[in-house]
Amino acid sequence: MWFTLAEHAVITAGEHDTGHGDHHTSTGLSNNKLGMWLFLGSECLLFGGLISTYMLYRGRVGEGPRPSQVFDIPFTSVSSFVLLMSSLTMVLAVSAAHKGDDRNTNLWVTITALLGATFVGGQVYEFTAFYNEGMGFTTSLFSSSFYVLTGFHGVHVTVGIIMLMSIVGIMKRSKTPGSKAETVEMIGLYWHFVDVVWIIIFTLIYLVPA
Amino acid sequence: MAIIERPPSTEVATPATPSSSLGALKRPVSTTGWKSWVFTVDHKKLGIMYSATALFFFIVGGLEAVLIRLQLAAPNGKVLNADLYNQMFTMHATTMVFLFVMPMAAGLANYFIPLQIGARDVAFPRINAFGFWAFLFGGIFINLSWFMGGAADGGWFMYAPNSGPVFSPSHGIDFWTLGLQITGIASLTGAVNLITTVLNMRAPGMKLMRMPIFTWMQLVVQFLLLFAVPVITVALFLLSFQRNFGATFFDVASGADPLLWQHLFWIFGHPEVYILILPSFGVISEVLPVFSRKPLFGYPFVVFSGAAIGFVGWGVWAHHMFASGLGPVSVAVFSVATMAIAVPTGVKVVNWTMTLWGGKLEFTVAMKFAIGLIVLFTIGGLSGVTHSVAPSDTQQTDTYYIVAHFHYVLFGGAIFGLFSGFYYWWPKVFGKLLNEKLGTWNFWLMVIGMNMTFGPMHILGLQGQPRRMYVWTEQRAGEGFFNLGFWNTFASIGSLILTVGVLLFLINIVITARNGKIAPLDPWNARSLEWMTSNPPKEHNFDSIPTVSHLDEFFHRKYQEDANGQMVQVKTAEQVLKELEDNADAHIHMPSPSYWPIIIALGLPVIAFGMIYSIPISIVGGVIVLFGVYGWAIEPSTAPDDDFDPPTTTKDVVHVG
Repeated sequence: MWFTLAEHAVITAGEHDTGHGDHHTSTGLSNNKLGMWLFLGSECLLFGGLISTYMLYRGRVGEGPRPSQVFDIPFTSVSSFVLLMSSLTMVLAVSAAHKGDDRNTNLWVTITALLGATFVGGQVYEFTAFYNEGMGFTTSLFSSSFYVLTGFHGVHVTVGIIMLMSIVGIMKRSKTPGSKAETVEMIGLYWHFVDVVWIIIFTLIYLVPA
Repeated sequence: MAIIERPPSTEVATPATPSSSLGALKRPVSTTGWKSWVFTVDHKKLGIMYSATALFFFIVGGLEAVLIRLQLAAPNGKVLNADLYNQMFTMHATTMVFLFVMPMAAGLANYFIPLQIGARDVAFPRINAFGFWAFLFGGIFINLSWFMGGAADGGWFMYAPNSGPVFSPSHGIDFWTLGLQITGIASLTGAVNLITTVLNMRAPGMKLMRMPIFTWMQLVVQFLLLFAVPVITVALFLLSFQRNFGATFFDVASGADPLLWQHLFWIFGHPEVYILILPSFGVISEVLPVFSRKPLFGYPFVVFSGAAIGFVGWGVWAHHMFASGLGPVSVAVFSVATMAIAVPTGVKVVNWTMTLWGGKLEFTVAMKFAIGLIVLFTIGGLSGVTHSVAPSDTQQTDTYYIVAHFHYVLFGGAIFGLFSGFYYWWPKVFGKLLNEKLGTWNFWLMVIGMNMTFGPMHILGLQGQPRRMYVWTEQRAGEGFFNLGFWNTFASIGSLILTVGVLLFLINIVITARNGKIAPLDPWNARSLEWMTSNPPKEHNFDSIPTVSHLDEFFHRKYQEDANGQMVQVKTAEQVLKELEDNADAHIHMPSPSYWPIIIALGLPVIAFGMIYSIPISIVGGVIVLFGVYGWAIEPSTAPDDDFDPPTTTKDVVHVG
C-alpha cells in the first residue's frame, strides 16, 4: 500500500514539472523534506514487521505472565497522553521557527524534548516493573516480542530527543535567526511519525484484548 | 589550501583556508591522491568505487562457486568437507546477491542517474559517500567470519532451525546477520538518496516520461529497496536477538512459528529478485536502441511494465514457500500472482525484440550481451513460470532445478545486463574503449560456459538431485542420459569455461587501461543525456544544464526530420557539446569533500563486533558514530563561498547540492 501511495506521489510530483516558477527542485519540495518523507515511508515497514511479529506472538506466554496480568493501562495512558502533547508543542516549535522566532523555537523544542523524556522515563519504569513481576526479555515469545516492539519505539523517541537537544545547540551557533527552520520542521516530521506509530502500538498492545 | 571550484579558474587567487567543521578538524581539500577518493562526495568517483568493490566481490563469489563445482565434479569429492561446503554455498549466494549484483547496480546508478537526468550530483552527496563506505565495511565484516571461526552456513535464506545456535554454533551467522544489517543501511540510504535525486534534480524539461529508461528502472528498484530493506532489517534483528540475547523467535520447541522467518525473509526476498534484475533490464533497454539505430519500441510500455513488476513483486513472495504447507487458498492466490507477474516481464521481452526488428543492427559486444540477456533470461523466465504451478513446484523445491532457474535469470539476466553496461559505458567512464575482439571471446565463453554449467542442472533437478548436496557417489548416479555423475562433471567443466570467460574480461580491463583505444566523444552514436558531456565527464558533469525537450534528447539534438520525414544528422556530438560549453556557468560550487561519511561508516562494524564479542566495544562504536553525526550536522554540505578559490561574490555562483 505504501508503495502505491509513493508511486502516486511520484506521478503527481511529475505533473508539476511543466509549471513555471522558481522552484529549486523538480517537485518544488526540498530535497531534505522529500528525503525525510521517503525515510518515514520505509520506517512504516520496519514497524509493520515488528507489529506483525508481536501480533503473532502476543498470546504465546508459556509459563510467563499474560499481558492482562502485567499491563497497567491507566499509567501507560498517562504517558501516552504526555507523548501526544509533545506533538502539540512540536507544532508550536515549527510554527515559531518559520516566523524566525528563535527564542520561542528553543523554548518549545526544549519542552518537546522534556515531554519525550518523560515518556521514555515512563517506559523505563514500566519495563522495570514488568521485569520485577517476572516478565524478562526471554521469559516467553510474548515478552520478547513486546520488548522488541516497544523497545524499538523507545529508541526512536530517544533518537528524536537527541535530535531536538542538538538543534537547540546548533541554533545557538547560527547567526541568522530562523535559518534552521527547515531542520526543525524535518525533526517535527519525524517526531509526529513516532507519535502516530505509538498510537497504533498502544491500541494494539494495551487496548485490544489478546 | 582552499577548495578549488569547478571549473578551475585561470587566475590564481590568494588561498583561503577552509573553515573548520568540528573543532580542530579542517575540511579535506585534496583533489589528487588517495585522499581525493577516500573523502570524496563526487557521485562519479563513488560510482567507480562501488563498481570496483563489487567486481572484487564478484571474483570472491566466483572462486567460491568454482570450489563448489570442483567438489561436485567427481564422485566422493574431497575438495571441501560438508561443513566447509555449507559455508561455501551460503557465502557464494550472499556475496553474489548482496556484495556483487546489488552494489554493481548501485555503482551504475550512482554514476549514470545524475548524468542521465542532467544533474551535477545526487541530492545528498555525503549520504552517498556514507552508503558506499557502509557497504564496503559491511562486506568486509561478513567475510571476516572466514578468519574468525567459520562463515555463515545456513544457506542464503537462513531458515530456522539451521540458523539457530544448535545447528550453527560458530559466529558465522552472527557476522552474516550484522554485516547484512550494515549493507542494508547502505541500501536504504542509497534508496532515499537516489529517489530524491530522480524526483527533484531533473534538468528543466526532463519530465518523468522523458527520462532514460535506465533511470526509470533504477527508480523502481530504489522504491523496492526503500520498502524491502526494513523488512529484512526486522528479520535480522529478531535473529540476532535470538542468537545473542536468548530470545526464541524461531525456536519451535519454545512454541515459536518458524514460518515467521520465512515470511519476513521472502517479503524482502522476492522484491529483492527484481532489485537484482531490473537494473539490467534498464541497461539493455539503453543498449538495444542505440545499436539498432531505432528508438526503444513502446517506451511507455517498458516504463509501466517495470513499474508493474515493482507492484506485483510484492504479492508473490509465498511461491518460495509452497512446500511449507500454507494451505490451499494461499497457494492458489500466490500461484496466480506468480503467473501474472510473467506478463509485464513478457511485455518487456516483446518490446526488446520489436526494437531489434527492422533495425540496422550493429553487433558490438554490448549488443551481444544485451541479446544474450534476452535469450537466456527468457529461458530462466519460462522455468520460473513452471514454479508458479504449485504441484510441480512442490516436486522441484530444493532441487537443482531451482538452482538452474535462478542462475539463468540472475547470471543470464542480471549479470549479462551488467556486462552489456560495462562494454557500453566503459568509454564514458574511462575515456577508452574496451577491446571488442577480446570482448567477443569474453561473451562467447560466458555464453557457452554458463549454458554448460546451468543447463544440465535442469536435468539433475528433475531427476531429484537435492540442492546443497555436498557429495555424490557412483552408486546413486543413475544410467544413460540421466546419469547424474555425467551431468555433474559436465557442469563443472562448464564452470571452468565460464571462469575463463570472466577472466578474459579482467584481462580486457588491464589491456584497455595500458593501451586501449582512446574513445571518441560519441563512440556509439548514442541517444541519452549522459553522452552529452566529455569522456570522462567533467567533475561538474555539464558546463551548462541542458534544457530537455525530447525523450532521447541527445539524439534529437544531433538528428532532425527533413522534408521527407527522414531523420538526418544536423549536428555532430562535438557541436552539441560546444553549445553547452559556450553557455557555461561561470562559477560552480560542487559539494565539498568530507571526513564524516567514512567516520560514521567506520563506527558501524565496531558496534557489530561488540554485539558478538563484548558490549563495551559496541559503546566505542556508538561513540564514533555519534561523533561523526555531530561533525556531519555542523558542517555544511557545500563549503561557504569564501572558502572557495577564487573568492566569488555570491551572485554568480551556481550551488550544487
